[in-house]
Order: sequence, then C-alpha cells, then structure tokens
Amino acid sequence: MSKYVIVGASVAGIGAVEAIREVDPKGTITVISDEQCPQYSRPMISDLVSGKATFEKMKCRDDQFWEKNGVQALTGRTAVSLNLADKYVSLDKGDRVNFEKLLVATGGKPFVPKIEGSDKDGVFTFTTLSDAESLAAKIEKAKSAVVIGAGLIGISVTEALVKRGLKVTMVELQDKILSLILDPTASEMVENVIRKAGVTIATGQTVKRILGKPENGKVVGGVVLTSGEQVQCDLVIIAIGVIPRTELVSGTDVKTNRGILVDKFMRTNVQDVYASGDVAEAYDFVVGENRLLPLWPLAQLEGKVAGYNMAGKKADYPGGTAMSSLKYFGVPIISIGIANPKDPDAYESLVKHDPERGFYRKIVLKDNAIMGVTLVNGIEKAGVLFHLMKNGVNVKKFKQELISDDFCLATLPRSLRRKLYPGEYK
Amino acid sequence: MKKIIVKEEHCIGCGLCEVYCTVQHSKSKDIIKAYNREKPRPTSRVKLEVHKPVSFAIQCRHCEDAPCVTACLSGAMKKDEETGLVTHDPEKCIGCWTCIMVCPYGAIKMDASGKVVSKCDLCAELEIPACVANCPNGALVYKEVKP
Repeated sequence: MSKYVIVGASVAGIGAVEAIREVDPKGTITVISDEQCPQYSRPMISDLVSGKATFEKMKCRDDQFWEKNGVQALTGRTAVSLNLADKYVSLDKGDRVNFEKLLVATGGKPFVPKIEGSDKDGVFTFTTLSDAESLAAKIEKAKSAVVIGAGLIGISVTEALVKRGLKVTMVELQDKILSLILDPTASEMVENVIRKAGVTIATGQTVKRILGKPENGKVVGGVVLTSGEQVQCDLVIIAIGVIPRTELVSGTDVKTNRGILVDKFMRTNVQDVYASGDVAEAYDFVVGENRLLPLWPLAQLEGKVAGYNMAGKKADYPGGTAMSSLKYFGVPIISIGIANPKDPDAYESLVKHDPERGFYRKIVLKDNAIMGVTLVNGIEKAGVLFHLMKNGVNVKKFKQELISDDFCLATLPRSLRRKLYPGEYK
Repeated sequence: MKKIIVKEEHCIGCGLCEVYCTVQHSKSKDIIKAYNREKPRPTSRVKLEVHKPVSFAIQCRHCEDAPCVTACLSGAMKKDEETGLVTHDPEKCIGCWTCIMVCPYGAIKMDASGKVVSKCDLCAELEIPACVANCPNGALVYKEVKP
C-alpha cells in the first residue's frame, strides 16, 4: 500500500514527486517504471547518438533522487492493469500495488505505420534511451540512413547522424518540414540549413517499402518512396510522431480521447486518478481546448500540478501551448502557439524577414492579442513575448515594436510592466 | 533572500553594469584583459535595456516559482531551496534555449560560446554583486526582499 502511486518515471513523474514532497514530506510514494535506468532527459537522446553527451550528462536528476525523496522505485517493472474499484495497479510478475492517489504518467510511444519490410534489422524508432543505444551501436558500420518524418524528432536524429558522418535522406509526407510548428518561410530557412549540411530532403512523400540488402534480405538495404524512387541506406529511423500510451487505462472508466482527458487540476474523470505528460490531453490556452501536446516542459509542469493536487494543495494548470525551442545545426529557432493561421482573415500577421542575416520574426495576432510567435535567430526576448501571450495582453499600442530587433522589456509601457510584473514594483 | 532591485528612474543608461558584470565573470577579473584578450569576451549576465527615454538593467530575478527550472531539459537550471538562488550549471546545460523561451523577463542570455546559456548568479563570491557595486547612480540596489 502506498499513499501515492505514480506510473512512469520520466519528467511528469519526477515533477509530481517533487511537488508531493513540497507538501507532504512523509506520505509513501511508489514509482513504477519499465525503464531500468536513472532519470534522464528524453530530448537529449540525439546528443547521445551524436556523441555530444554521455549518459552521465543526460541524467536530469542526481542518482539519489528516489532515496532523497523517500520514493519506493520499482524500476524495470511494468504496470499491466488497473483495478479502480479496489484501487490497485497490477505489475508484470503478478504482484499488486495499492494506492490512495494514482498518477498515470506513462508518456508516449512512437507511432509506427505499417510499412512493408519494417521488421528488418536496421529499422529503428527514436524515443527512449534504449532506442538511442541500439541505434548508436549500429552507426560505426553504417554509411547512410533514411529518416521518415521531418518533425522535431526526425530532424534531431538526422542532425546526430550527420555529425557521425552518415549520409541522410529525410522523407516527409507534408510539403514542408516542421509544418506543424513553422510557417513556410521559417520552414524553408531550416530546410536550407539542413540541406547545406548535406542532407537530402524529400517532401510530399513517404516510404512505401523497406528493402533488404542484396546479400542479406533480412538487413536494411534501402527504401522505395511513394514516387517510386529508390534510396539506398543501411538504417531506417521511423520518427513520425508519438502517440499516448493509454493501454493501462483502456477498459477502465477513465475517459480518453486520443490521450487521457484531464481537468485543470490534472484529474481524470475517476476520483483519485490523475494523468500528466504525453499521455494526457491538457489545456491549450491558445486554441482554447484540451489537446495532445507531447512536450518536455509542459509534461514537467503538468506533473507538478498533479503532484500538488494529489497531496492536497490546490494548484491550477495555467495551460500550455505548442512551444518549441530548436537549435538545428546551430540555428536558434523558437516557435510558440499558432505559426500558420488556418483562417488568415481572422488573424493579423506582423512579419520581419532579413534573409541576409538569417533573421525572421513573425507575430500572429487576434484582436490585438498574441496568438503565435516565430523567431529565427534573435531569440533572446522570446520569453517576454510569451509572457504577453499568456496574459492575453492587448498589444495594439506597441504592436509594430514586437517585431523590432530591439524589442525588450523596456519596450513595454511602464503601466503595463507594473501590471505584468507586480513583484518588481513593490 | 537578497535580490537586486532595479530603480529605473535612476538609470542613466551608461552600461557600466554590463562592463563590470563582464569583468566579474572573466577569467582574469581585469577589465583590459577581459575585453582585449579573452576570446570570446565573457558574456555580461545583466542587460541594459534601452527604449528611449526609458532605460534599466535587467538580470535574472531568481523567481520563487521559476519557469526556467520547470522547463529545463537537462537539469542544468535548479532552484536552491536554501539560498533561494536559481542556479545554472554550464556543464549540464545543452544550449537548447528552452529557458530563454519561458523567461518572462527575457533575462537569460545565450553565452558568447553559443553553446550554453548565461545568467545572473548574484556574484556568489562577492558581498555585493558587481553591477550594483559599480552603478554610479544608485539604479541598482541589493537588498533583502520578502519572497
């Protein structure tokens, strides 16, 4: 019996443990994780492949994190089912852990479409440490790779492979890379940088079939694209996206859409059961509804909110939105909220593009409130824009300044600063 | 904890805060060597913001509930519960700029190396932070504030 049981030991689970301990130093906590290793930063797995980081550097908490927080850590164990009536989680070896409060923070898993030949040796997904280790082990002998999907994961694995000397072809179903978070101009800027690094980008296509090597059909030798073109390669990495790992709650009363539905306290519809992180559909304050946003910083925040509420301290999730900070091939890019308004007439876009310096700033407004921010280079004041955005500030009086190179805190009228940063004007 | 309070009405926009911050965070702690010989020049962690006629210096506010700590991908940014400082470990930092994206003050900078971020550490080894000690017009004040 544990007062708090948390399934999942990545950042949502970690955030929950930290929050619970702030409020309740004594209550028993059990964390169940199918990964055996200490806490590590998932977004850094590409750095492990590129050789930029060791596993030591990837640890996002110290080795004594569980002990220090008095957590019973059941690592290398799988939570297989849930009994909500009697409030327990069943584990892989048949044992049970009873709970008073449960947090489901099982995260996401790679989406793998059916592709002929995907069972061949040399096909990888890319979300966990073990994925990264298996891929890294194959790199020495590989010369080329095909990456399916040019989103956040696809590009980061591409960069890592390029740094290790591989010839990479990226295949993207959409017409533009990073189409979910960048507009065509910013997307093209990134594309140019990636192409310059020697990567071939094939957009508007996907992989129809994975081929074997002539001498050994069980080992990856190439792919056939939907266009019919054949690309030779030694490795295929499927990086199309992640989907929530909702298996634990399937067949229970916990309501799901694509992910587990939660309210602003990170509660599911079932009493004492919470969800956070990539498995949950939490509130997006820009879109104004709950949706999947599988992002590390949001997962940590959601976990924290769940932890506080589980321990009896009321805390609201302020809402997140699509927000990504990138550094592909050294170019800093920040994208927050809406980059490409679907109905352009309902939005106003302020744009400043300086191709020579590689600078791009775009602010998307609706009724003079910021709904989207895209910055390529010159990102240092992004947080001020995000703060205006979160607070729904009417920017009418100074909106042209938002895309100025000199935009900073001092740009904001003093009266507004007093309102937005009350602590500074006590 | 003690924090740096910004008195914008006293700021004359001279930028000495940045100069002395750079020196304090240099290897030599010598103004001429820091500016002339250290390559890249050490990053000033304080920024003089100017939007005429307004000017003031801004540096990490060491927030109580710091968004940069919650957003950090690598565990480099931490809140020290004892001192109240938001600390940054450049060894752990991977320069992903996520903290920059969420800092409401825009107070975190990209380090001159381009590989990590750089932010105010309140000059841990000094009694009074260098920017405060060298502000000629009392626009930066170091004092105890309630959290």
